[in-house]
Amino acid sequence: MRLSLALGATLTSLFVGAALLSFIWTPYGITGVNIAARLHSPDMSNLLGTDHFGRDLLSMIMVGARTSIAVALIAVGLGMGLGVPLGLTAAARAGGWLDEIVMRGNDLIFAFPSLVIAILITAVFGPGAVNAIIAIGIFNIPVFARLTRGGALSLWQRDFILAARVAGKSAARISVEHILPNLANLLIVQGTIQFSLGILAEAGLSYVGLGAQPPIPSWGRMLADAQTMVAIAPHVAVIPGMAIVLMVLGLNLLGDGLRDALDPRLRGRKP
Amino acid sequence: MLRYALSRLTSLAISLAVASVVIFLVVEVAPGDPASYMLGINAQPDTLAALRSELGLDVPKITRYFNWVTGMLAGDFGMSYTYRTPVSQMISDRLWVSLPLALYALGLAVLIAFPAGVLAAARRGKTSDISVMAATQLGIALPNFWFAMLLVLFFAINLRWFSAGGFPGWSYFPSAIKALTLPAVALALPQAAILTRVLRSALLDTLHEDYIRTARAKGLTRRQTLWRHALRNALIPVLTIIGLQFSFLLAGAIIIEQVFYLPGLGRLVFQSISQRDLIVVESVVMLLVFAVILVNFLVDLAYAAVDPRLRSRA
Amino acid sequence: MTLLNIRNLSLSIHGTPILRDLSVSIAPGEILALTGESGSGKSMTALATMGLLPQGAETTGEIALNGTDLLQLSEPQMCNQRGNTIGMVFQEPMTALNPLQTIGHQVAETLRLRRNGEAPMTPASARDLVRDTLTRVGLPPEKVPLTRFPHELSGGQRQRVVIAMAIIRRPALLIADEPTTALDVTTQAQILDLLRDLVRDFAMGLMMITHDLAVVSQIADRIAVLRKGEIVEQGLTDDVFRQRRHPYTRALFAASRHRAQLCDVPVHEPLLRVQNVSRDYPMKRTGLFQPRPRFRALKDVSFDIRRGERLGLVGESGSGKSTLTRAMLGLDPVSGGQITLDGRLIDVNNPATRRKMQVVFQDPYSSFNPRHRVARLISEPFHLMDDAPTAAARDAAIAEVLTAVDLSPSDGAKYIHAFSGGQRQRIAIARALITRPELILFDEAVSALDVRVRAQILDLIADLSRRYGLSYLFISHDLSVVRGITDRVMVMQAGEIVEQGPTDQVFDAPSHPYTRKLIAAAPRLPAFGDEALSTDRGMT
Repeated sequence: MRLSLALGATLTSLFVGAALLSFIWTPYGITGVNIAARLHSPDMSNLLGTDHFGRDLLSMIMVGARTSIAVALIAVGLGMGLGVPLGLTAAARAGGWLDEIVMRGNDLIFAFPSLVIAILITAVFGPGAVNAIIAIGIFNIPVFARLTRGGALSLWQRDFILAARVAGKSAARISVEHILPNLANLLIVQGTIQFSLGILAEAGLSYVGLGAQPPIPSWGRMLADAQTMVAIAPHVAVIPGMAIVLMVLGLNLLGDGLRDALDPRLRGRKP
Repeated sequence: MLRYALSRLTSLAISLAVASVVIFLVVEVAPGDPASYMLGINAQPDTLAALRSELGLDVPKITRYFNWVTGMLAGDFGMSYTYRTPVSQMISDRLWVSLPLALYALGLAVLIAFPAGVLAAARRGKTSDISVMAATQLGIALPNFWFAMLLVLFFAINLRWFSAGGFPGWSYFPSAIKALTLPAVALALPQAAILTRVLRSALLDTLHEDYIRTARAKGLTRRQTLWRHALRNALIPVLTIIGLQFSFLLAGAIIIEQVFYLPGLGRLVFQSISQRDLIVVESVVMLLVFAVILVNFLVDLAYAAVDPRLRSRA
Repeated sequence: MTLLNIRNLSLSIHGTPILRDLSVSIAPGEILALTGESGSGKSMTALATMGLLPQGAETTGEIALNGTDLLQLSEPQMCNQRGNTIGMVFQEPMTALNPLQTIGHQVAETLRLRRNGEAPMTPASARDLVRDTLTRVGLPPEKVPLTRFPHELSGGQRQRVVIAMAIIRRPALLIADEPTTALDVTTQAQILDLLRDLVRDFAMGLMMITHDLAVVSQIADRIAVLRKGEIVEQGLTDDVFRQRRHPYTRALFAASRHRAQLCDVPVHEPLLRVQNVSRDYPMKRTGLFQPRPRFRALKDVSFDIRRGERLGLVGESGSGKSTLTRAMLGLDPVSGGQITLDGRLIDVNNPATRRKMQVVFQDPYSSFNPRHRVARLISEPFHLMDDAPTAAARDAAIAEVLTAVDLSPSDGAKYIHAFSGGQRQRIAIARALITRPELILFDEAVSALDVRVRAQILDLIADLSRRYGLSYLFISHDLSVVRGITDRVMVMQAGEIVEQGPTDQVFDAPSHPYTRKLIAAAPRLPAFGDEALSTDRGMT
């Protein structure tokens, strides 16, 4: 499926490009209020229309992409950065007490969906984008820890790991030198999937007011504002939602495409 | 079997205990004193002290933790700081909106995913498979609360088949179910898309197993091997996902309630956050976590029902 | 009268030719062995007969069973044949049964299918037939209840269940695809006996697929030798074995009987000493508060390997061979006793000792990290040496060991996927040689290889032992291989060494009952090999 890889990469780079571009240029400013131009449908001057303050939706979407991508990306980094070493360690000490603690800890975190963590954090520290990052990031830790541990456990059974042990290499060194490179594909694919889930989670959190706070634009926040206006101006609700769907779809297609492209079994079949 | 159930029950109890400690500790680090927050800045020291002792805030933390836990075990979640009413009373009404909504959505997701997943796996590579997979790709990318808004726009505002929100209460069952239907559909479709993909790939994996070839050698048709041998084996990974999805659905229910103005736990918890009514937040979170852990315990039991290897092991 | 008549069968999968113009027949009550190396198309012939070819397969020719051309049947018609007129037994009994269903249910399943529009058997009569059939294959329900799940049975028992499933409707033709390859020798002998008896009793035809010529010689009436999808020779087993007209048959035969040329070396003082070693594994608790029971995998094992000695270790699965290997390599701790190399205790953290001992594993496909180049793979044990060569000296050392195993120094720059199974085992040996060890453990090192490649690797091992004065421990389940490559042999059973002595003595005059049982069970190629051939020559 080269198609999904191409489509996914195109969609993803479109949004990442728009987010980067928004640092230097947007069609309109997003801070001004222009009541005269409020709730315009899409036309030539405002390609995606305007919201209830008369702000240009295209500009809002571009700046909002920044928030979504930043939150989701940092959260994935957090999950990978902690989850992968934990998974590697647990696998290297499989069956030991450390493994047990890591795995039980994982199970425990799985009982706290991102939203619940966000609720707890917000209740204590107040809302904000950082909370969203922490909430989504914490939930990503067990995802990567489990994936890494599972993959590493099956690799530890392989004879080439045994050969490395016979060659006197320590478990830590084997983990870094032999295990991790052989898990890289798996982690990249899961990374894109978690990235897309992060975009969805961030949208949900900012929709209920637990994510980025005004005046920072975010897609979820835009939808929350649009909710009361759905009946009179559907485009203010439809457009940010479409942005989320396309971004997530792009990342998922990219993940699928990468999995097929990186899978050595599939690669071996094509000369 | 009994031993397996007991061991899962033990781990359920341990998870709950650890979760309660974590939640308690997180809320404990919150700055500020609920009593002075409730009485405002002009409070008299003696009224403050009286309120503190009424709320049980004047004892050491460890005692407060045990009071909280033993209270919860007896169904007493303490007093709301804001409304001075028992938290348990506030929660119980709301719970009977959120929990049925999550379960309704789970049921729908399973009902949609099973036929779709089996169809896609059975007709792998054919048009029906490709269209199911394309639909799931879209379904996974759908934010449930946005999808909910579209449903409202279409079915409530344009077609007027459903009301746009609100909940009539359980006294009249059909209208209660009707009020929960759009929210449940909005929650269920994205999860159904995930479940369909998991079921399809689990089925395709099992269809490569040696025992499938053995079954074919016995004279079973492709369809018979799929239903009699592959499906039950594929159920094991699918159950795991169903367990995980319940926690997403419960969290999703809290968000969706905002779209439909449902008087569920979500409303309560967001209100409590803005009013810094931490004891309510703490209790709701504990309840949500309890529900998730309980469902995962049930999933563990379901594993054992499916897999004899688990039953014979300790 | 023939039962199965395959005529001019050709098969290609996605355009790649697999079988070419294959013709073979089986009479009722006859056992035909299809033999050949991996990739010869043996299994595909079986699957073509079953109508279970993978997607993208195209066939021409005819497979006639009792006059009906199976290739012309529709899929529903073929379903009526499978399990009814044709039964099949597979190689891997551990995975051939559905883990979630009882054996009774699985054996009965084929009886409960609607066939040719007839109503399926009633549950009561089906149950009686299942009990009878399981009793017939040696699993009487009094001893092995129908309610057992596959994981509660041993490999041999599971294979009996698979056989029961295949024969319950008394098929005219039974196909067995390497039915004993995954089993221990003693179990193998029992399963072969069972198959032979069933064929005689039911007057079935049996298509037996096996790579093992010794198994062929024991069971088959006729034999067809396949190479690259073509039959190079077929006929009565005795005739084919005696005459071996085709060079490929001769090569297979020679490789199967191959014995490496071991030079005589003087044996010296003990190099590795295993003294009273035992190893326990904790098992699952039986009760919540009971202490964990322990499983004793090694019981008070003692032996020496002397410098220059080539020692063999044989035993069936579960005998403790692997546990012992891991303990010797220092990968697992011992529970009691000690293992010393050159007088020093083996210890994971003592590289100086460990570099003197290296290992070659069984599976050439999992022994190497696919992401590293060969040069890096074989130089990994340098990690054990403080004074490991660097730069040019390192390259020279790598080139030298690659040359020693008959590969080219330029192969060092390639990745492992460029090499065949036999070449990979050479690379594994090169990796073992690079630290100039005094002792190498060969852990089932030739078990995954085809006979001709196996013979080459055995020659290489013998040659290296001569050139480098190596000592080695050769661990295998295959008695004939051990016999050809060792001076002395030990026999292990249930964690104990039950017999040890000079190889020829142990094999020709075993003293322990278990050794006798093993040797009796191991299939042997008949003696009309080279002697018969020379007589033939004398006559012409």
